[in-house]
Amino acid sequence: MAVLKVKFTKTRRDKLAQILWILNWISVVTGVILFSLGLFLKVELKKREELMAEKDIQYVPNMLIAVGLIACAINFLGGKICYDCVDSTKFLRWKLIMLPYIVCTFFFTLCVLVGALMCYSMHWELEEALDLGLMQAMRFYKDTDMPGRCFLKHTVDTLQIQFQCCGNSGYKDWFQIQWISNRYLDMSKKEVVDRLRSNVEGKYLMDGVPFSCCNINSPRPCIQQQITNNSAHFNYEHQTEDQNLWMKGCRQALLEYYTHIMQSIGLTVLITWLFELSVLTGVRYLQTSLENVLRQGDPDSESDGWLLENSLMETARIIKSLGKSNQINTANNGDPNIDVPSTSKAHYGPDNVPPKEKMETS
Amino acid sequence: MAVGKITFTKTEREKLAEVLWLLNWISVVTGAILFGLGLFLKIEIQKWQEVMSEQGILYVPHMLITTGLAACGINYVGSKICLDCADTNKFLRWKLVMMPYIVCTFFFTACVLAGALMCYSIRSQLEEALYLGLRNTMRFYKDTDTPGRCYLKKTLDLLQIQFQCCGNTDYRDWFQIQWISSRYLDMTNSAVVDRVRSNVEGKYLMDSVPFSCCSTLSSRPCIQHNLSNPGAHAHYDEQSQQLNLWRRGCQQALLDHYTGTMQSIGLTVLLIWLFELLVLTGVRYLQTAMENVIRLGDPDSESEGWILENSLAETACYNFSIIKTLGKCYQVDDDPNINVPTAAADQEAPSAQVQVNVTS
Repeated sequence: MAVLKVKFTKTRRDKLAQILWILNWISVVTGVILFSLGLFLKVELKKREELMAEKDIQYVPNMLIAVGLIACAINFLGGKICYDCVDSTKFLRWKLIMLPYIVCTFFFTLCVLVGALMCYSMHWELEEALDLGLMQAMRFYKDTDMPGRCFLKHTVDTLQIQFQCCGNSGYKDWFQIQWISNRYLDMSKKEVVDRLRSNVEGKYLMDGVPFSCCNINSPRPCIQQQITNNSAHFNYEHQTEDQNLWMKGCRQALLEYYTHIMQSIGLTVLITWLFELSVLTGVRYLQTSLENVLRQGDPDSESDGWLLENSLMETARIIKSLGKSNQINTANNGDPNIDVPSTSKAHYGPDNVPPKEKMETS
Repeated sequence: MAVGKITFTKTEREKLAEVLWLLNWISVVTGAILFGLGLFLKIEIQKWQEVMSEQGILYVPHMLITTGLAACGINYVGSKICLDCADTNKFLRWKLVMMPYIVCTFFFTACVLAGALMCYSIRSQLEEALYLGLRNTMRFYKDTDTPGRCYLKKTLDLLQIQFQCCGNTDYRDWFQIQWISSRYLDMTNSAVVDRVRSNVEGKYLMDSVPFSCCSTLSSRPCIQHNLSNPGAHAHYDEQSQQLNLWRRGCQQALLDHYTGTMQSIGLTVLLIWLFELLVLTGVRYLQTAMENVIRLGDPDSESEGWILENSLAETACYNFSIIKTLGKCYQVDDDPNINVPTAAADQEAPSAQVQVNVTS
């Protein structure tokens, strides 16, 4: 009871081989696309690695790159095999390799599927990495004189301008951070000293934001200082004012950006997976039909092709028994006390030779 | 004394025809490239057209676009002609068209050259347009409630952020403009009223700049106000002042951007022009060689091809005289006082005598 048996005439086999050759080459191209998508994602993540905490999210682009390269190699080999399969004599070259090749490709398509699912599941790890990373970056915004952190101000400013966002979850995050270094504070002024003293940790906090938070769509010049003080500015109400600064938080902005990229990549990988699966099915049919042709002996006759020779259950049983026969039979040799009567008698000679008749003399 | 005479065997003629067919198709592609370059330049100019005072510089991309389309058309016809020229019989079809075609293509290549030179010469016109345009945009920066000007603030902020520039020539240009609208000025505040009164034109001027002038490379938070008084800020030394705002003027920044783009485009157009000239020369040789073959009668014989049949001076004189006679026959000789004895007068038929019978 073969699974999905299909009859193939000689012309149909030839056509199948040709189509599979083309599909394998298209799969090589999709493998290259997969590789470049992985590379693109890796570059995008690396570009902003200063804003992400130490979380291992590089495994997703690395997986895509590896899968892309393997897809190219496997489908290149598949293309060669299918090209030779038109001719039954050339098929003999590949006969022994084909089954392992199909099994390998089957496991490979599973990897592709896993890769696609990883793209969608990276979301949560990325959110956590961004939250921690942005918090650190904002904390070190003022430390432009410390090696290793001196570029964080430029990075955060460029990020806020480019992604049109402010702060971690909102602009109020800047109120809890000292983003002006002590080097630029005039310690001779009374207000400055008072503000420093009034804070428990001695930080200079104020309700002001850096210039990169300013919204270019605002009809009035940007209000960066004393944001929560309505009386400090003419005709200004900070509760209703939503055009003055960027209202979106940078964590959300970056998350949306990366999620969008990864959803597109995930969709492409899923389509590639479906395509690889169809190529694999075609190659399996080609292999079984060509083997049956060889078994029948006549290269021009019809033959059957199938996915599995026996039903799914029987195939599972066969695989199990294959596994068992490789085990060492320890049931009898382990315990010497068990008397296992041997079923075969030792033959020392013919037992059924009739005794010689004694000649009676005397 | 033909100019550039070369002898062509039959195989050489056929090979020339094939090569020219291929070159003509490549020229169709370069024509498409020219069209694309013109389109790209048009889009680039239109992106920032709000900060340019007049749109006269759009003639350069329009020229490139039309030249590109014309190149595609002309070279497509050329490839058809060259394909047929391998065979003497098919050439007869095109015989009458070829000379006008070559003359057209010659003038067309002159247009391509003009387009290339225009790309290099536009700089001074662009400089003027940018200076006036930026001055007006900065003046209307505060008018976000006036229809037609409400987007100028956003455009100028985007420009200063993207091109890393501030003001027209310098950040100090902002000191001479009121860039804060009166809607947001507290007229009950005496300081504000004093400042407005102290100005001749009643403008509220201050030594501060908008936030988009702030440099992201500065190591300290941006100082936008009291810029002419460095002592008002803590530790505001010379180096901090250099890094605090963008130092370049937006006129210079945009000029550099467009000049760079147009120099690259101009170079590409020059290369395309040289290629077109090469193709034109080849087509001219092919035409003259085929015509000579037909004149000789034997399609397999050798023939000569040239660029000009006579020397340059003789051809120029000949063409001038053609143009002169063309011009003359369209003139009307309308002075009646000059007696010009017509040669046809003698040929006038004598008037026949008509006998009139008078009946009494």
